[in-house]
Amino acid sequence: MAEVLVLVDHIDGEVKKVTLELLTAARRLGEPAAVWIGPGLENAKDKLAEYGAAKIYVAADEELTSYVVAPKVELLAKLVADKSPAGVLVAATGEGKEIAGRLAVKLDSGVLTDVVDVAEGFVGEHSIFGGAVIAHAKVKRGTPIVAVRPNAVAPEPAPATPAEEQVSVTLSDAAKAAKIVEKVVQEKGERPDLTEAAVVVSGGRGVGSAENFKIIEDLADALGGAVGASRAATDAGWYPHQFQVGQTGKTVSPQLYIAVGISGAIQHRAGMQTSKTIVAINKDPEAPIFELVDFGVVGDLFQVAPQLTEEINKRK
Amino acid sequence: MNIVVCVKQVPDTESPRKLKPEDSTLDRGAADGVINELDEYAIEEALLIKEKHGGEVTVVTMGPEKATDSIRKALAMGADKAVHLVDDALAGSDALGTSYALEKVLGRTGFDLVILGSESTDARTGVLPAMLAERLGVPQLTLASKVEIDGSAIKVQRVTDYGYDKVEASLPAVVSVVEKINEPRYPSFKGIMAAKKKPVETLGIADLGIEADKVGLAGSASEVTDFAEAPPREKGQIVTDEGDGGVKIAEFLASKKFI
Ligand SMILES: Cc1cc2nc3c(=O)[nH]c(=O)nc-3n(C[C@H](O)[C@H](O)[C@H](O)COP(=O)(O)OP(=O)(O)OC[C@H]3O[C@@H](n4cnc5c(N)ncnc54)[C@H](O)[C@@H]3O)c2cc1C
Ligand SMILES: Cc1cc2nc3c(=O)[nH]c(=O)nc-3n(C[C@H](O)[C@H](O)[C@H](O)COP(=O)(O)OP(=O)(O)OC[C@H]3O[C@@H](n4cnc5c(N)ncnc54)[C@H](O)[C@@H]3O)c2cc1C
Repeated sequence: MAEVLVLVDHIDGEVKKVTLELLTAARRLGEPAAVWIGPGLENAKDKLAEYGAAKIYVAADEELTSYVVAPKVELLAKLVADKSPAGVLVAATGEGKEIAGRLAVKLDSGVLTDVVDVAEGFVGEHSIFGGAVIAHAKVKRGTPIVAVRPNAVAPEPAPATPAEEQVSVTLSDAAKAAKIVEKVVQEKGERPDLTEAAVVVSGGRGVGSAENFKIIEDLADALGGAVGASRAATDAGWYPHQFQVGQTGKTVSPQLYIAVGISGAIQHRAGMQTSKTIVAINKDPEAPIFELVDFGVVGDLFQVAPQLTEEINKRK
Repeated sequence: MNIVVCVKQVPDTESPRKLKPEDSTLDRGAADGVINELDEYAIEEALLIKEKHGGEVTVVTMGPEKATDSIRKALAMGADKAVHLVDDALAGSDALGTSYALEKVLGRTGFDLVILGSESTDARTGVLPAMLAERLGVPQLTLASKVEIDGSAIKVQRVTDYGYDKVEASLPAVVSVVEKINEPRYPSFKGIMAAKKKPVETLGIADLGIEADKVGLAGSASEVTDFAEAPPREKGQIVTDEGDGGVKIAEFLASKKFI
């Protein structure tokens, strides 16, 4: 069975959940071979094995992570040339999509980005126009490169015993043109990553102020979820921009999405419509968000949300 | 400084967007065309850099005839001139083909800095800026929330999942911008009038030596095989709060095993 390269998404050895989703998807397409770039594999090996990595290609050289994207692409291009995999899977994060794009140019291969599913033959499923249309696409030329949206594929363990192989690449000068001089980690507290979280609680204009976002945070914390915000809320400066959900913000696809004081504009829906279960609290019965919900409460969020938080905490 | 901004005309997200049944490409007639929102931030950033460092801002767009509306708006904001690549042979190009065609345009305009939005609102592939950097062999300074230029040195803050990276390079370079980098200006009346006189060069693939079999639907390396409207979500339950709305949601969440 041909190998399917899976680029591991991790921060200093902490494997992102999307990697386990990619390994799960890769098993339908061939034999998953994880590609590890950077330090920290020791702590991560068990996870990759648990989710079925038959092989791990290890490139620990620090140079590969000292420049923007291009070195990782050169390593992947070399692996594709050497190992002739059936295809390459990456996470459809900002950087993941860029890796996919550059690799496509290098290999003159087709690329599918932000797919919500990938089936045999590397047929990708896209959810487009804010979730209104489902399209299938495939690659006609070259080695298929597919960027898969986090949280779209359910990760399933399938223990394997991966063989490790050290790999390296000699970087071109062009790959060393954009140097990362500092990585600035902004405090996100104890909450899970917005794009990876199983539960997301988002607040909108109805929340009214930065201080009131505490109500949203408390509810998110009761559910072990992440906090999101509509653009109205981030534009107002009530919550940082990186938490914006929607067309020009993050795309999330959690098991549970709770929209609080959000009207449900098409641009917001573009970022959350593929959530499995949707709940909304809004005082306007006509708010378009109610068209999407599995459960909705027409009411004042300042009454309903704290009561919900209290009730969840009571039931723990 | 020779600054080129890549601008895409996209269907307005407020109007219904569709794919065409014949070839599964975007039905550009079905909705009003507007400048891709993030590209307005790219134009603004180009204008700010020009105001500070001097030079000229050229708008480049690849798209059908009616994309001239978007070009006019960009010129009205303050860009100096535009190049419009229009050719039936380009219709249905995938990202790989589009990046190849844009590379050819940039070969003609030359550049010290190419600025793009980080993602379009229609296809949302988010790959073009990186593809262009790869093709042009220049530094990729993408997902920038801040750009600083000093002579030929350029520094950006690149947005990441954990915060941001500080990145340094030298010009020429490709930059893509995120929404919070600036606040795009509105075209003034004077700007709108002036835009009518600014030069717009219209080119076809033959003018740029673009090989027809590398672009368009046929030349693309990927294809949409089928599409359908997503099944509507099942109608959910909506209740009016009577003092127990929070408890009701908790009961629903419990029934779904979330709590
Ligand atoms: C090109 C483009 C891109 C965009 N990208 C994004 C994006 O990425 N993400 C995004 O979110 N938006 C985006 N927008 C903006 C989008 O169109 C909406 O303006 C935005 O989503 C509105 O945010 P909101 O729902 O919080 O505010 P509003 O639409 O003002 O809704 C507030 C809601 O809160 C309710 N409310 C008020 N008070 C209470 C209360 N006490 N209790 C309960 N409910 C209450 C109101 O009934 C109302 O429904 C974009 C727009 C454009 C043009
Ligand atoms: C629903 C849908 C899904 C698609 N999925 C795929 C896919 O998975 N793989 C694939 O290869 N193609 C795909 N395509 C085709 C793709 O839209 C086109 O190739 C497009 O020209 C480039 O993609 P983008 O708009 O997503 O670019 P993005 O990379 O999202 O755009 C980033 C920036 O590039 C610049 N830019 C983009 N297009 C132009 C242009 N024509 N002229 C000037 N500047 C431009 C703008 O500055 C823009 O902000 C899809 C198209 C649609 C309609």
